[in-house]
Amino acid sequence: MPPVVRSLPSAEAEALLELARDLAEQELAPRAAEMESRSEFPREVFRTLGKAGLLGLAYGEEHGGGGQPYEVYLQVLEELSRAWLAVGLGTSVHTLSCYPLAAFGSQEQKDRWLPDMLGGELLGAYCLSEADSGSDAAALKTKATKEGDDWVVNGAKAWVTHGGQADFYNLMVRTGGEGAKGISCLLAAKDTPGLNPQAPERKMGMKSSHTATIQLDGARISGNRLLGDEGQGFRIAMSALDGGRLGISACAVGVAQAALDTAVSYAKQRKQFGQRIADFQGLSFMLADMATQVEAARALYLSAARLRDRGKPFGPQAAMSKLFCTDTAMRVTTDAVQVLGGYGYVEDFPAERYLREAKILQIVEGTNQVQRIVVGRSLTGS
Amino acid sequence: MQSAYGGRRTSMNIVVLVKQVPDTWAERKLKADDKTLDRASVDVVMNEIDEYAVEEALKLKEAAGGEASVTILTMGPDRAVETIRKALSMGADKAVHLSDEALAGSDAIQTSYAIAKVLDTLEYDLVICGSEATDSRMSVMAALLAERTGKPQLSGARKVTVDGGNVKIERQTDNGYDVVEAPLPAILSVVEKINEPRYPSFKGIMAAKSKPLTTLTTADAGIEADKVGLANAPSQVVEFSNKPPRQAGQIVKDEGDGGAKVADFLASQKII
Ligand SMILES: Cc1cc2nc3c(=O)[nH]c(=O)nc-3n(C[C@H](O)[C@H](O)[C@H](O)COP(=O)(O)OP(=O)(O)OC[C@H]3O[C@@H](n4cnc5c(N)ncnc54)[C@H](O)[C@@H]3O)c2cc1C
Repeated sequence: MPPVVRSLPSAEAEALLELARDLAEQELAPRAAEMESRSEFPREVFRTLGKAGLLGLAYGEEHGGGGQPYEVYLQVLEELSRAWLAVGLGTSVHTLSCYPLAAFGSQEQKDRWLPDMLGGELLGAYCLSEADSGSDAAALKTKATKEGDDWVVNGAKAWVTHGGQADFYNLMVRTGGEGAKGISCLLAAKDTPGLNPQAPERKMGMKSSHTATIQLDGARISGNRLLGDEGQGFRIAMSALDGGRLGISACAVGVAQAALDTAVSYAKQRKQFGQRIADFQGLSFMLADMATQVEAARALYLSAARLRDRGKPFGPQAAMSKLFCTDTAMRVTTDAVQVLGGYGYVEDFPAERYLREAKILQIVEGTNQVQRIVVGRSLTGS
Repeated sequence: MQSAYGGRRTSMNIVVLVKQVPDTWAERKLKADDKTLDRASVDVVMNEIDEYAVEEALKLKEAAGGEASVTILTMGPDRAVETIRKALSMGADKAVHLSDEALAGSDAIQTSYAIAKVLDTLEYDLVICGSEATDSRMSVMAALLAERTGKPQLSGARKVTVDGGNVKIERQTDNGYDVVEAPLPAILSVVEKINEPRYPSFKGIMAAKSKPLTTLTTADAGIEADKVGLANAPSQVVEFSNKPPRQAGQIVKDEGDGGAKVADFLASQKII
C-alpha cells in the first residue's frame, strides 16, 4: 500500500512514523487476520512495540516516555490501526491507562511506577464502565472502603479492554456518596488478591483485543495507590478520556484508510462489462468520497491534537473528532464492502473485518450520542 | 591506547561491513551507458544479511557486558548515510563512511582493496559482514578481505562465540555444520540463520543522530585513485540483456490424463 502523505513536524517524527510503518507491515499485518479468527491476544506483538519504544510515546522523557506531541503519537496509532485495530486500540488504551498516574500522581508515585508502565514491558487497563453504568458512568457502584491504610474493593468493572491480560488496572470506585464527587481512582496491580478477571466477552469484531469483566471480591489495595485526591476520580477519568478520544479518532482513521486502500486496489483489478470497475464513474465517485472523508477526518483529529499540544482546552474538539472520525470509519468501511461486492462480504478479503472493527469505535470511550452531548453542552451550556 | 577515530580503546573492537543496496523487491535495472546498476532511481535499503551482521555484533557486545565497541563501515554514495543511520539506531556505536566519486563502479576486487585500506586505519578484533549482498551476489568479500589483511577467514557462520583471544563459529553446511576456530583478529561472515535482527527503537533512532560518523575520501584513507572505479576495474560488464517478459502459461486440460500431462511437462522442463 502506498504510504499516507503526512506533514510531520520534525525529522525525528518522520523516522518514528517510518518505524511504525515497518512494524505495522512486518509484525502486525501478517498476523492480524489469522489471530483475529482465533480471538488470540497478541501479547508478543505488544512486547515488540514496547521494545521499540511505542508504548510510552506521549509521555515525558524524565520517566522514560518518548516525549512526543499528540500530533505525532496519534499518527503512529493510525498506522498501527491500519494494520490491526486490536493492536492500535490496545496501544491507545495503554496510553490512556498511564494518564491518571502521569497527570495526577504524586512525584513519589510517579517515580515508583511510571518508568515500568512506560517502559514497554507492562500493559495497562482503564476500568470505568460497569454492567449498569455505561454512558452514565458517574452512577458506578463498585465500592471501596477504608480499612486501616488500605482500600478494600467490592463490585465489578465491566467491558475492561485488556481485562485478564493487563499488568495494572486503573479502578474508578466509589469511596464517598452518590454522584461524580464520591468517586476515586486506584491503581491496582494485576496480582492483587481478590482482583479476578472473568472470561473474555465473545465479540463481533476486534476479537484479538480481550474485553472482560473484572470481579472485585474484597480486593485490598494499599492506600498509597490512590491517585489524586479522594473524590477526584471522576475528574481524572474524564480528563483521561479527552486524550483517549483523540486516540480512538486516530484508530478510526487507520481502519478507514485500510478499507479505502483495499477498495482502491480491488477496483483497479476487478473487471466487469469488459473494463476495470474503477473506470465506471459511479464507482470512482464513491472512492473519491471515501478518500475525501478519510482526509477530512485525519485533519480534524490533528487539529484537536495541536490544541492539546499547545496546552489549550480541547475537550469539545476531541469529542467532535471522535464523533466525526468514527462515523467516517463506519461509512467508509461500509462503502468498501460495497466496492468489493460479494467479495466484500466474505472473510477471504479484509473488507468485512474493517466494517466489524469500525462499529466498536462508535461505542467505546463515550458513544457518539455522548460525544454530541459534550459538543452540545460546549455550545449552549448544560 | 587511542583508536584512530577517537574514544577509549575498549576490550573488543568489532567492525561491521554494511552495504546499501536497491530494495530487493523493487525492479532493478542496469544503466544502458556504463552497464552499472542504476542505483539512483530505486528505493534503497540495508542489505538484508547485513542486518544480521549488525545484530550479531550487538549481541557479542552484550555478551561482553558492554565492554566492546561496534563500528559500522560502509562504502557507498552520500545517500548511504541513511543506511548507516539505521545501523546506528539499532545500537552500533559509531560509523565510518567511505564516500568518493572515484569509487563509483568499483568491482568486488577493487572494493575489497578500498575497504582493506580503511580497515588499516581502524583498531579491530573482529570484522563481521553478511554472506552476500542482494545486488551483486558475489559472496566473496570476507575471502577477499582475509587475503588482503592476512587475517583468518571464518565464513558462513550460523553461530559465533568469542572466548578470550579466540573466535569460534558453526559454519553452515548442506548436511549440518563445521566448527571453525581462529585467533583474533579475524574476518567473519554470517548467514541468516544466525539470529533475528532487532528493530531500532525510537530512542535508538534519536540517539543515532549524535553518534560519531566519520566520512572519508579515497585520499583520506590512502586509497590510490587509479586502482578504483569503473574505468580501472579488472572486471567489466560487457553486455547484458533484460529478462525476457513472462510468457503466457500453458494450460493443461484434464481429459482423464491430466496427471500424465503434468508429469510430461515437468520432465520437459527438467524439473523431474
Ligand atoms: C469492546 C469494548 C471495549 C470496551 N473497553 C472499555 C474499557 O477499557 N474501559 C471502560 O471503562 N469501558 C469500556 N467499554 C465500555 C464502553 O465504554 C461502554 O459500552 C459505552 O460507554 C456505552 O455504555 P453502555 O454499553 O452501557 O451503553 P448505554 O449507556 O446503556 O447506552 C445504550 C444506548 O443509549 C444511548 N444513550 C445513553 N445515554 C444517552 C443520552 N443521555 N442521550 C442519548 N443517548 C443516550 C447510547 O448512546 C447507546 O446508543 C468497552 C466496551 C466495549 C464493547
